[in-house]
Amino acid sequence: MRRLNAYALTFRLPIIIWQALFFIGPLIFVVAMSFFVVKNYRMVETFELTSWAKMISRDYVWSAYRYTLVMAGSAAAIASILAFPAAWFLAFRCSARARQVALLLLIVPFFTSYLVRTFSWYTILAEAGVLNGGFALFGLGPFKMLNTPFGTLVGYLTLVLPLVMILQTVTMANIDTRLVQAARNLGCTPARTIWSVILPAGKTGFVIAALFAFILSFGDFVAPFYLGGSNPPTMPILIIDTTKAGQQWPRAAVVAVMMMLTLFSIAFAAIVYSYRKRASR
Amino acid sequence: MTTFLRIYLLALFGFVFLPIVVSLLFSFNSDRFPTLPMSGFTTIWYETIFADPDFWRAARNSLIVSSCTAVIATFLGFCTAYTDYRYTFRGKSLFLAIILLPPTIPLIIIALAMLAWFAPVGMSGQVWSIIAAHTVLTAPFAMAIIRLRLNQIDESLEAAAWNLGASEWRAMREVILPFTRPAILSSLFLTAAVSFDEFTVAWFVSGLNKTLPVHVLEIVQGTIDPQVNAIGTLVFGISITLVVISQLLIFFRLQREAA
Repeated sequence: MRRLNAYALTFRLPIIIWQALFFIGPLIFVVAMSFFVVKNYRMVETFELTSWAKMISRDYVWSAYRYTLVMAGSAAAIASILAFPAAWFLAFRCSARARQVALLLLIVPFFTSYLVRTFSWYTILAEAGVLNGGFALFGLGPFKMLNTPFGTLVGYLTLVLPLVMILQTVTMANIDTRLVQAARNLGCTPARTIWSVILPAGKTGFVIAALFAFILSFGDFVAPFYLGGSNPPTMPILIIDTTKAGQQWPRAAVVAVMMMLTLFSIAFAAIVYSYRKRASR
Repeated sequence: MTTFLRIYLLALFGFVFLPIVVSLLFSFNSDRFPTLPMSGFTTIWYETIFADPDFWRAARNSLIVSSCTAVIATFLGFCTAYTDYRYTFRGKSLFLAIILLPPTIPLIIIALAMLAWFAPVGMSGQVWSIIAAHTVLTAPFAMAIIRLRLNQIDESLEAAAWNLGASEWRAMREVILPFTRPAILSSLFLTAAVSFDEFTVAWFVSGLNKTLPVHVLEIVQGTIDPQVNAIGTLVFGISITLVVISQLLIFFRLQREAA
């Protein structure tokens, strides 16, 4: 090991200080803030369980929590299932060049504003919107798509589908093709090959893709707010409502801590699961 | 089977690109309420935003925020990438974790944390606080890009420079920096683009110093206003140009190296 000198420290210290000031500090502060109380419209720094007691005893907090979990879980599952056939096709049935072009195209949405895309969906899904206008040509509809869980899911998928497709494609493109060929030669049907070779070989990648989809949907307020009509609200919308309208920062902090605990446990479980070696025989 | 999958793939791409295309088309649509069939062609929404001083103020703020963010985040990313490339030390994984973790924390939580953290010291509502938050959010991307480039360097190059009597600083300046320059440039553009689009943290922290996406957020909260499509199309055009430039820079650099 090399001796620690000024040169090495120049590349290390700024980061530690910067991240402590603007990342670790604020996060710890949120946890602390969940124990503060608001008196006479001012936040008092103490250690009381008032906000926790208030939030945990409310039914609407728990129903928002369940709803957010279910919706984000559905978004992760639906995105993973929808993306899989496309990613499989890109990884195994396309030339490397076509795959590269597809991946490049999938990066494009990241450089458009998610907010503008959501607004665009709003105009597409509206009662008198583009889609219902199209249905009307066939004498169908109008269907109510805005302000429903369906609208929220469309928003979540807009956010996560390109990412899941990219991660799954890269995962499968990196699987040793000899494994797949061997399965074929040993008489596996395509379905069996996917189930017994591709899914286990790419387990880590698939789990990470679904995990990212879950995390992004779980924390997004735009889709449930604009496309789901806040009805019912999700956890991020609770944070906005309590912060922006009520000045009840400690209560918002309670919601934030609940979200963080949930995400950490799910991320931990997912990572342990995806890296666990199969039992040796 | 293959035909079916090809159509399926196109359908998914359709889903991904539909909102982008619709937004682009309707930014030129004269009817205020977007529906089919489209009404006449107009540039009125673009004229509206160009005549709006709020738009220009927001655009200026966004430009300041994204360019400062790009420089600081790339510096932080470079330092982390170089430290990871060259050193092993106790607590290194913790060190890497504190810079790589932010993208896994929901933006809404970071937004609340930043608001509460900055408010008591009077930094809330300042452009600087948006920049501080955005550097934390984008530094991991800078780190990833530069670290990938450092993977390609021949480790003996730096050692050779030391053996020939160069100080560590000089070796950094004449070996490491020139080698990583394309990655640094690409990181500048990418972090700028990410920062330019971020609205959750900016909305919570910005106060009166709105950035462009926060401006859009406030328009959207009001009514259906095709201005949003026009702004979105403009921003998309700028972001894509930046990304293409950064990719071309890398491409030509690599070509020159190959030659």
